[in-house]
Amino acid sequence: MPKFNKPDEGSWTEHFGLATTPSSYDDSISPDFYELERDAVFRKTWLNVGRVEQLPRNGTFFTKELDAARTAVILVRDMAGEIRAFHNMCRHRGNKLVWNDYPREETSGVCRQFTCKYHGWRYGLEGDLNFVQQEQEFFDLDKAAFGLVPVKVDVWEGFIFVNLDPEAPPLRESMGRLGAGLEGYRFDLMTQKHTYRAEIGANWKLFIDAFMEFYHAPVLHAKQATEEESRKLQGYGYEALHYDVDGSHAMVSSWGGMSPPKDESMVKPIERVLRSGLFGPWEGPDVGELPPGVNPSRHPAWGIDSFLFFPNFMLLLWKPNWYLTYHYWPTSYNTHIFETSLYFAPPQNAFERLQQELAVVTFKEYALQDGNTLEATQSMIETRTVTEFPLCDQEVMLRHLHTVTKQHVAAHQQAQPGTPVRVSAAS
Amino acid sequence: MPTFPAAFADLEPYADWALPSEGDRYAKRLDSSMDELQAFYDAVFPRLADSTTYLEGVPYEGMSEADQRLLWLFSSLVTVSFPVEVWRQPRVPDSGASSVDVVVEPH
Repeated sequence: MPKFNKPDEGSWTEHFGLATTPSSYDDSISPDFYELERDAVFRKTWLNVGRVEQLPRNGTFFTKELDAARTAVILVRDMAGEIRAFHNMCRHRGNKLVWNDYPREETSGVCRQFTCKYHGWRYGLEGDLNFVQQEQEFFDLDKAAFGLVPVKVDVWEGFIFVNLDPEAPPLRESMGRLGAGLEGYRFDLMTQKHTYRAEIGANWKLFIDAFMEFYHAPVLHAKQATEEESRKLQGYGYEALHYDVDGSHAMVSSWGGMSPPKDESMVKPIERVLRSGLFGPWEGPDVGELPPGVNPSRHPAWGIDSFLFFPNFMLLLWKPNWYLTYHYWPTSYNTHIFETSLYFAPPQNAFERLQQELAVVTFKEYALQDGNTLEATQSMIETRTVTEFPLCDQEVMLRHLHTVTKQHVAAHQQAQPGTPVRVSAAS
Repeated sequence: MPTFPAAFADLEPYADWALPSEGDRYAKRLDSSMDELQAFYDAVFPRLADSTTYLEGVPYEGMSEADQRLLWLFSSLVTVSFPVEVWRQPRVPDSGASSVDVVVEPH
């Protein structure tokens, strides 16, 4: 007997027009498919690379490795205060322009111009080539034609995005209805940031799969609750309050009775003392009314919304008024860098700082369990012993992700002459 | 010079847990035996439990060095609470060789 309402079609999966047949993960175990994804997905979509707080004043910059999109970029706030993006590459001999010690490591800082380490060519923050060492030795060098190569950049609600496709539609339009529903959320107030990073031995989509369903939570994370509470949770199983899809983007809205818990004996001693836990400090800051896209079913038991902005940017908004982001940066068909940042309103006192620390550390303990499970999945699906897997209605967002990824690749192939790898558009 | 505010002088034997980074606190947890973690927890947990009012009176910005070190010590208690209250071992079960590393954190 379902505890929460499902759409008239009887299931979320059918409501969104997705197949209910077993699903294939051939898109997650193939080097050839990954090469297609790089061009069809990562060079065609808006990629979130950071937030405006990382560029607090004119001259501040940071770099971002975008291996999946076959480049690396510099983000900078120029002398007029405008945010710009460039390929991180000197126009002289192609050296990576901005890096410290290790060329593949990201960096940040503040400067008035970019100077290439190799031959000292200098670029203004607007990308103009300003200085060429021994310019008279060159042959009719027109400096105006050798500025940094720009990348399309735009900002949505303080999140900075780049797009490698010069023809891409505007960012706000690309964020769609789900993005519009979040506009006005007080991201600007939540500037206390903790960032974690992990190298994961699994395809990037498999980790998104793990975070777009909570069917696994009562089982994999059973020990994180007290024994009695854990038995109760496994008995209930898991049902979402609400799912939504708009184009390639998707969201799942979930209940969460732990902030504060109905019965304090159900939580661990450290949680009782700090009045905090996985869902964050039980009494969050007042940030005013939430925008309409948050807790869309307006359910009183609401605890958290998880949004996936395709392809690799997830936003999780928690009931006690804090949020976190996930980014999945592929480095090969079966590896990726996972990054997460947790954002809180700055604590007022030492106790509030500790409440936030408990939420952060709890998150890390969960992520360590999730990450290792993924490597176990990747290694076995790569054996191709079994090639079709049944997915339940609470796993609808996985089905959606793999379906739209294949659709992006198929559409890209149709637009290209030649016939590389065959992919089916259905999941 | 004492490590912690005068009212917390009894925690001086655990001063080596007053580590500024979550990464260091987690590494020390993995390097400790369950007996060591239990002893730390048993000594520090009751002091956190009876210090809520004190900690709420310490402004986050501009706190003294002694209060900052006390905050780091209690942050280590948060890290140590998982093996003691949940896992019964220093490492997260089934986490194998995987690591999740802090790269940005506030003071």
